[in-house]
Parts: sequence; C-alpha cells; structure tokens
Amino acid sequence: MKYMLLIMADAVDENGGAAGCSVEDWVAYDKQVREAGIFVSGESLADLVTATTVRVGQDGGRIVTDGPFAESRELLGGFYVIDVPDLDAALDWAARCPGARDGAVVVRPVAGFGG
Amino acid sequence: MDERTAGSPVASVEAVFREERGRLLAALVRRFGDLDLAEEVTSEAVEAALARWPVEGVPPSPGGWLVTTARRKAVDRLRRDQVLATRLALLRVEAERAGPVPAAEAGAGGELPDERLLLFFTCAHPALAAEDRAALTLHCLAGLTTPEVARTFLVRPATMAKRITRAKRKIREARIPFRVPGADEWPERLPGVLQVVYSIFTEGYAASAGPHLQRLDLAEEAIRLARILRRLLPREREVAGLLGLVLLVHARRGARTGPEGEPVLLHEQDRARWDRPMIQEGLGLVPVALTGGPPGPYGVQAAIAALHDEAPSLEATDWPQVVALYDVLLALAPSPVVALNRAVAVAMRDGPRAGLALLDELAGEPLLRDHHPYPAARADLLHRLGRHAEAAESYREALDLAGTEPERALLRRRLEAARRRER
Repeated sequence: MKYMLLIMADAVDENGGAAGCSVEDWVAYDKQVREAGIFVSGESLADLVTATTVRVGQDGGRIVTDGPFAESRELLGGFYVIDVPDLDAALDWAARCPGARDGAVVVRPVAGFGG
Repeated sequence: MDERTAGSPVASVEAVFREERGRLLAALVRRFGDLDLAEEVTSEAVEAALARWPVEGVPPSPGGWLVTTARRKAVDRLRRDQVLATRLALLRVEAERAGPVPAAEAGAGGELPDERLLLFFTCAHPALAAEDRAALTLHCLAGLTTPEVARTFLVRPATMAKRITRAKRKIREARIPFRVPGADEWPERLPGVLQVVYSIFTEGYAASAGPHLQRLDLAEEAIRLARILRRLLPREREVAGLLGLVLLVHARRGARTGPEGEPVLLHEQDRARWDRPMIQEGLGLVPVALTGGPPGPYGVQAAIAALHDEAPSLEATDWPQVVALYDVLLALAPSPVVALNRAVAVAMRDGPRAGLALLDELAGEPLLRDHHPYPAARADLLHRLGRHAEAAESYREALDLAGTEPERALLRRRLEAARRRER
C-alpha cells in the first residue's frame, strides 16, 4: 500500500531549510528509506517564494499569480511516497522523518488498491 | 424504551450473544482482515443461531458452531463478490509482508480463540478521532447496536451511524491494521486502549450533559469492557488499576444522587448505601496494580478511590495519604484537574486557607477555565472561611459552567446559602 508523507515545515529559516534539522539527518533518513526497499518517490521543494499559482477561469483564460505565500505556519516542504504494508508501518516511517521533529508529517494513503 | 420482550427465550439468547458477538467478530476480523465483512457474517450467524437453536437445541460447542457458520457465509460472499475477494487477497499478501501471522485458529470443535485484544487496539487506534474510538469500542466489543451507541452518547442514530461508518472507512482505506502492537509499541498504545474504556466510564459516571447526573448503563458497559481487558491481560498492572478504579468509584453510585436525582457530595453521602461487595472486589485489585514495578496513573487513582471507600466518614479519611497519592499522580500525569483535586485534599488535611492558596495558584489555567468544579471548589472553601460574598460570586461562576440540571440545582442551593450568610 502506498502512502504519501507530506512534510510540513513549521518555520523556514533564511536559507529556506527547516530550522533545527541538520542536512545529515535528512541524508541519513533518505538512505534508510531507500535501503528499506520502500521508496517509491520523493522530492524536496524549493522555497515558497519561487512558487507560482495557475488557475483557469470559466472563459478558459489563464490566471497566473505569484505565490501562494504562507498563510498558515505549516507549509509543504517536500514529500515521500513509500510502499509499506499498513498505516502503522507508514506512521513509523513518518515518526522517524526529521521533518516530524521540526514540524509535522501528514500521512495520506494513495488512492487505489495497492497497485 | 426496549422493544424486546424481557424474559422471552429470544431475549435471553440475545443477552448471551452480546458477549459472544465481540469474540466472534474479533475471530472473523482476524481471519478475513475486513471489519465490514466480519460484522455482516457475525450478524448472519447470530440470526441463524437465534432461528435454529430454540428449535434444534444448542449445539455442543456454541462458539465453534457460530464461527463455522460465519466463516461459511464469508466464503460464500467472497465467491459472489470478486472485487471484495481480490481486495482481501491483496490484504493477505500485504499482511504476510508485514510479518508472520501468529497461528491462533480454532481447533475443530474447540473453543473460539479470544482475539478481542486485537479489536481493542484497532478500535482505540490513535489515527481515529477520539470520539469515534469510544463509539467503535462500544459497538464492536460491548456488542451495542448503532442505535444503542447513539443513545448512550445522546446523539441521533443517523449521526452515530455516520460516525461509525466514517471510522470504519478510515480503518479500511487508510489500512489501519488489525493487530496487537509489538512489545516496543506497547507502552505507547496500551494507555490509548485504557483511555477509551475510562472515557466511556467517566461519561457514564458524570454525564457532561443531559437531564441526569449519572448514566449507569454507560458506566456498566465500561466496567464490562474493563473486565474483558483484565481477563485478556492478567499481567498488566494498569489494567488491574483501571478495573479497580472503576469498581471503587461505581460502588458509590447508590449514594451519589438523592431522591430527586440531585448530586450528593462525598461528605453528605450515606456510606451505608455504598456497594460493599464491589468495594471488596476493587480493593483486591489495588495491590495488584501497585506492586511489582513503578505505579501507573490508574493504579494510583484506584488507591485514592480505595482510601475514600474504606473511610467510615469524610473526616476519618486518611487525608495525608490521599495528598501523598495525588503528589505521585501529579508526577506521573501532570494535569490542572489533578492539581485541583490535590488542593481539595490539602484543604481537608491542613484547612481551607491552605487549599484556597493552592487553588488560587491554578487561576488562569486554560483547562480549568470551563471546568465548573474549579469555581465550585473555590466557593466551598471561601464559604468555610466565612468569605460569603466571594463564595457567592464563585458559585455563580460555577453555575454558568455546569452542564447537567441536577448539578445546577445543587449549585443554586449552595449559592442561596452563601447569599443568606452574606446578609
């Protein structure tokens, strides 16, 4: 069963990285996820100031806007998709993620049957 | 209220099934890994038994008969429903990946293995909403129908059906596993199970809303659940503590309300009306809970309840010991509500002034802001100190927060008493 771990950063420092988490922590975690044979995909997202939003209006015209900017304290900083047997296993991997210590990790099952 | 005719053979068979249903359901969940399927075939097997046993006689192994019948019905259903069969086959593969499945199948004609612990842990899973955990536990393990669960929570049956469906959907679609957690997760997960049972009890013991102060049916369901847990986990001291606590508190039910349903406070209770056999049973569990390792919060609360139950009167209560136990409890599970109870015990030991000083330190605690026992306790101590105007003010505050009518009536009387002394 596939689960997406949405890594919600609590606060962003000057360099765009979550405060308090060392690069080594992330490297070690990434290595563990890959070596456990559960890694499906995963990316870390660039700083929110680089984000652009697109909507298509009813007339078919594009509306492109800068942002969004952080309205809540928690914003998506990256994600993993992992393939594990059940929610308890997914929660264990979420708890080990460095992002869970500085912010929160939201665990969402990927829709569909295992696949 | 209950449309079933009490005393009829069908009613008595159904009463027996209430306990069996949970066992059967757990065994089937364990076998098929699907709560909806297990529930449907459990109901069908029970219906079949209700139709046939009165005519054909009860089979030599009722549990074995039920589980065999239910399994056959499940297999029939899986033959008919290929989508379900495919999904369950996938689940099976995943479960095997997760680790070896412990062999716990019923022997031919043997007793049904008790798999209810697994169901307790799934129903109390932290990924479910707290209110859904209690509802699901009552439904799956206490054998209450959805309308019965709705009645105990004072919500409409349709609302409760939606909540139970939502919880089951999350279990299925997010794949919350049906398993007993491993030893490493145990310390984190067992308190969650105990908390669900205790929350059912406290809702029954001191209903947060409604016309009645106590909802004994709910408290009794919680005691039944605690007894099942105690049988399943005889070595867990906190389970002994929880069962001891609920028995020692429930033993006072006959004296807690007066003839009009009004609350009777501990110092005015007729202790002759306390349930002595239940107290004895509870007292027997306290040493079990408190020996063999560091005490847990339920064991300590059971010990506090035991001191009250053993005391011939409020004044003769061992207050120094009560305060000492609250100190232990505060260290184990710090909470402003525990600190409030400790302050009241200190007032009994050292006098109202000492208790009031401790209560004043708790002013501004967010958890006590809407908790009517806080201003009520302050008011009582102010009253005892002769500060009647302030006492009246605090009683008014408590009155604004109290949820049940009998509690409000009691507070109104105390407010009146304080006002009379004020003049």
